[in-house]
Order: sequence, then structure tokens, then C-alpha cells
Amino acid sequence: MRHFLDFEKPIAELEGKIEELRRTSDAGGIDVAEEVARMRDKAQALLKTTYAKLSPWQKTLVARHPDRPKCLDYIRAHIEEWTPLAGDRAFADDAAVVGGLGRFRGRAVAVLGTEKGSDTESRVLHNFGMARPEGYRKARRIIELASRFGLPILSFVDTAGAFPGIEAEARGQAEAIARSIEACLEAPVPFVATIIGEGGSGGAIALAAADRILMLEHSVYSVISPEGCASILWRDAAQAATAAEALKLTAEDLRRLNLVDAVVPEPMGGAHRDPQASLAAVGDRVWDSLEPLLALDGATLRARRREKFLEMGRNSVV
Amino acid sequence: MNWISEWALPKIKTLFGAPREVPENLWHKCPACEQMIFHRDLERNLHVCTHCGHHMRVGARTRMDYTLDEGWQRIELPKAPQDPLRFRDQRRYVERLREAQAKAGQEDAVVVAHGSIEGNRVVAAAFEFSFLGGSMGAGVGEALVTAARLAVLQDAPLIVFTASGGARMQEGAISLMQMPRTVIATRMVKEAGLPFIVVLCDPTTGGVTASFAMLGDIQIAEPGAMIGFAGARVIEQTVREKLPEGFQRAEYLLEHGILDLVVKRGEMRATLARLIGLLRTPERVVAPPPAEPVAEPLPALPAPEGPAVPA
Repeated sequence: MRHFLDFEKPIAELEGKIEELRRTSDAGGIDVAEEVARMRDKAQALLKTTYAKLSPWQKTLVARHPDRPKCLDYIRAHIEEWTPLAGDRAFADDAAVVGGLGRFRGRAVAVLGTEKGSDTESRVLHNFGMARPEGYRKARRIIELASRFGLPILSFVDTAGAFPGIEAEARGQAEAIARSIEACLEAPVPFVATIIGEGGSGGAIALAAADRILMLEHSVYSVISPEGCASILWRDAAQAATAAEALKLTAEDLRRLNLVDAVVPEPMGGAHRDPQASLAAVGDRVWDSLEPLLALDGATLRARRREKFLEMGRNSVV
Repeated sequence: MNWISEWALPKIKTLFGAPREVPENLWHKCPACEQMIFHRDLERNLHVCTHCGHHMRVGARTRMDYTLDEGWQRIELPKAPQDPLRFRDQRRYVERLREAQAKAGQEDAVVVAHGSIEGNRVVAAAFEFSFLGGSMGAGVGEALVTAARLAVLQDAPLIVFTASGGARMQEGAISLMQMPRTVIATRMVKEAGLPFIVVLCDPTTGGVTASFAMLGDIQIAEPGAMIGFAGARVIEQTVREKLPEGFQRAEYLLEHGILDLVVKRGEMRATLARLIGLLRTPERVVAPPPAEPVAEPLPALPAPEGPAVPA
């Protein structure tokens, strides 16, 4: 069953009618091809106008869409010889962070990401993409492994944020995130990060302090969730849409602020309507970003990455 | 991110005429034990309660006075973008910012200074919690990067006293990017072979904890300081459990292996001086000369420039 967002209701209704019409025609043998085609065009046009002017809050909802391709979908689509690696060597394996080795277009790479899961069972398994300290420590371990063997790193980020729990705090959530950011910045290998859905605060930047940062068109990247921001600054979580607007969290905003390098266009109606097209587009853009970095030595990569982050926000004006 | 409840609300309550219990503020009430302390006693005791030992919050410049030898110099910081998002909630961020600047007499939430501790030359940075909850935006990031560059330039250890609600929401993703920026600052200091010492003060949470503040060569905290990543309320709502006694306090972090030391304010100077000595002077001079007080103030230095960025 397809999942529709609230603002997609008119499109959902139209598509429902088309379906109904087709069923009636199948049963009664009436030719409704022309009518169906007309309604299809109408639905397409509606989809196009709706998605052409999504508000920041609507984009947040699209970024969180349950049918949107997840980290493991990108890995399955693009990484051959995929060999997931587990554990932080100290306490546990955290399935919210996915990491491992494989080949991207023939080249051996290390891959990292946050995985939200795609059905109830896998969502629980991956803790809805919210990592504990072990997850960030696993990420750091894999970054260091990649650094030792000169493997480029690709990351796919999709998380509401780091998991806020008692145990997570007791085991040093903040330190784990800080060290993961440090590992990203220090890696003497090419590093391309892609925000594929939600880029939730510290839990996202822990895997995204990269040479090239890509964002999907309808993904969001923010220091706090719109709901969290609204409940603090407006004292009312229902003001989330207003907060989303103020936070400037869309791909377009981040590109304009020069905090990300490129925006990857999504298929009409969002990545969830045509996952295959979205997977393909991301693969191409990641390759385009990675390829020029392959010629650079470790010291140059690291120095440039530092300069890039040191410059961030210094001259940004919306 | 709870500076509103921690700081702004009490302020507002004060403004709107909450009954003033103490005439002319000669007496202070300890927020922990609620006993009254005469202001001179409190100052003499470095704003630590004379009854229960509670460490009260102090401002950035007071912190410098308590920690550094006389004659420390404040460093002028490079300008950071003001209100890059033109953020507005119930008020304009730029108004909040200007108000905080006027009240604090400083551009942003961090003061950077150079001076010495018992004769050991240091660069120090201290957060002013009363400045928008010590939140970290571009200005704070700039201050820490400047402090790191200055430490390298002066071949001096960098000591940072934190007190922050976390990222400054009103600067959106720009505030998020201060996390990697400040991590880079710690790398500069460490690569120059210099100690980077963090002193976590009450409260330190969110993006500040999850970046430079957890990367010290030595991690110190003041007694009772609240230190954590996620806010207690958020955790409670997420896990639907009661938080353990003393959760996210300095002593709890020490017990969980996250800190090296919990040090009382009165012992901070001596501890820092000893640590710097141990890290930087491998062989002690047999007869150490008495530490000379700095007679003349150190010359003010301009903020160091960053490397030119290729176009």
C-alpha cells in the first residue's frame, strides 16, 4: 500500500479515482482509456505543481517518508562485494550505523551510513536510525580502517539524530560523536557524504564532515528538528512548520549558505515515487564528486577539508 | 538547549517584579542549600557556597580572574556574521543578539585571553552562560578557532572553560558546522604539541559537549556541573524512565570514565599549573625559582589571521 502525506491528499484522491475507473472498465468492458489518460495527466500536473513549491516543513515530511530509499538501498544498488563490518570492539554492535567494505564502480571503498529501516521489524532492529555511542565508535573504527588502506569513504546519512537515552549518555554519547567528527576530518582519503533523508544535528555531522557533501533535493539538514526548535523557541511543538521555515534546513538553503556542495535532483514527486531513479541519480553524483578527489594525496585532502570547514558560515548570508 | 528555561525565564520573572528577598543584594541565597551568604564571603570563596560547597555559575571574565595570574589580556576576536539566517521566532534573533551584546559588553558568548597560571603562559577561552545560554554559533566557533591559533602562535597550552546549552538554533546549520570547526581548532593545538585542557562547568550540553569539549588531552569538571549530550527532559520523554540520581553530573561522568578529574574551583589554578608543568616540563629544575608575578601587563596581540583560502 502506498503511503501518502497529508499534502499529497488531492493527488492520492485522483490516483484512487484512476484506479477505480480502471477496475470498473476491467469488469464491464467499457473503454475508459481516454478518460484514464486525461486523469493521469491531471494527476501528473498536480504532482508537479505540488512538488515544485514544497514548504520547508513539507520537505521535512518528504525527507522522513517511510517509502523513501534508505541507506541500505543505496548500498545494495551501488556497492558490489558488500561486506558489512560490525562492532566498536568495546561494548556492542549498533545496527543504527551501517558500515563496511565493498566496491563502488570497481573501486574498493569503505561505506558508512545511518539506517532507519524500511518495515517495523527492521526499524526496531536499526533503532529508527538513531545511533548510540557504539555506532559512532564503529564509524570511527571504519574510517580509521579506510585511512590505513587508502580506501575512499562514502557515507549515506539519514537520521533524526543521536539516540537520547540514559545508557547512551552513560557510555559517552557526546565523546563518541566528537571523535567521529574528528575521524572524518582527519581521514587522509577522499570522503563523499550524501544526506539522503534527514540530516539530524550532531548525529548527522558525525558521519558527514567530508570533502564533498551532497544533499538530495527533498532532504533536510538541521541543527535541531523543527518540532524541537518550536517547543523551545515558540514553546509550542505545533509551530514546527514555522520553525522549519526559520531554520533554513532545505537542500536549497544549505547550498545557498555554501554548507553543502551540490543538490541531487529527485524524481518528480520525490524519491519515494521512483526509488530506482533516485538511486541511480545519487550513484552518478557520488561518482562525479569522488572521481576528482581520487587524484589528490592524503595531506592535500585533509588540508582542503579543514579549509572548507573553517570557511563555513563565515560569509554566509541568505 | 534549555537556556530559555535555565536562564531567560528566571530573568523575565525578575523583570516582572518577583519579590526581591534581599535588600541591595548584600546577601545571596545559595540555589542548592538555600542558605544566605554575605556577598563578600561569597566573592572571597570564588562563588562557591560557604555552607554546602555548591559551585555557582560565574561569568567568563570572573572565571579568568579566578584562574589566571593578574594582568591577563583579553583578545579581540574577528567579526563573525551576525544573524546569517535573519532568524525570527517570537522575536528577531538580531535583537536578542544586540541585547546580549549590550548587556555583556562583548560580541558573543566566549571571551579569549592570554596570560599565565602560576607563571605558566596559557591561552584561555571561557564561555559566558548568561550570553544566550552560552550557545555556539559562528561567533563562538570563531572565538575558539582564534584561541587555538593564538595558542599555537604563542606556544602555549589552550584551556577552555565551557558553559553552554549547545548549538545556537537561531543560526541553523551554520551553528551545526561549528562542531567540525571547533574540532579542527583542537587538532591545531594538539598537532603543535601543546596541551588542550577542557574544564567543563555548569551546564555544558548538546553540540558543545559533542565537539571540542570532549576532546581535551585532560578532561576536568567542576563539582556538580551538569554535563551531557541530550537534555534530561528529552531523555525522560524518549525512554519513559526516571533518570538515575545524579545523572549527567560531573561525579556521574567521572564514575563512567568520561572525565579525568573533578576539581573544586579553589583548587583549579594549582591543578592546572601542575598539569601544565607535568606535560610541558619533563625535568624539574632542582631549585625552582619562586614564581614571579607578572609585573607588567602582557602586550595585547591582534587576532591571528587564518591561512588564505584559494579562490
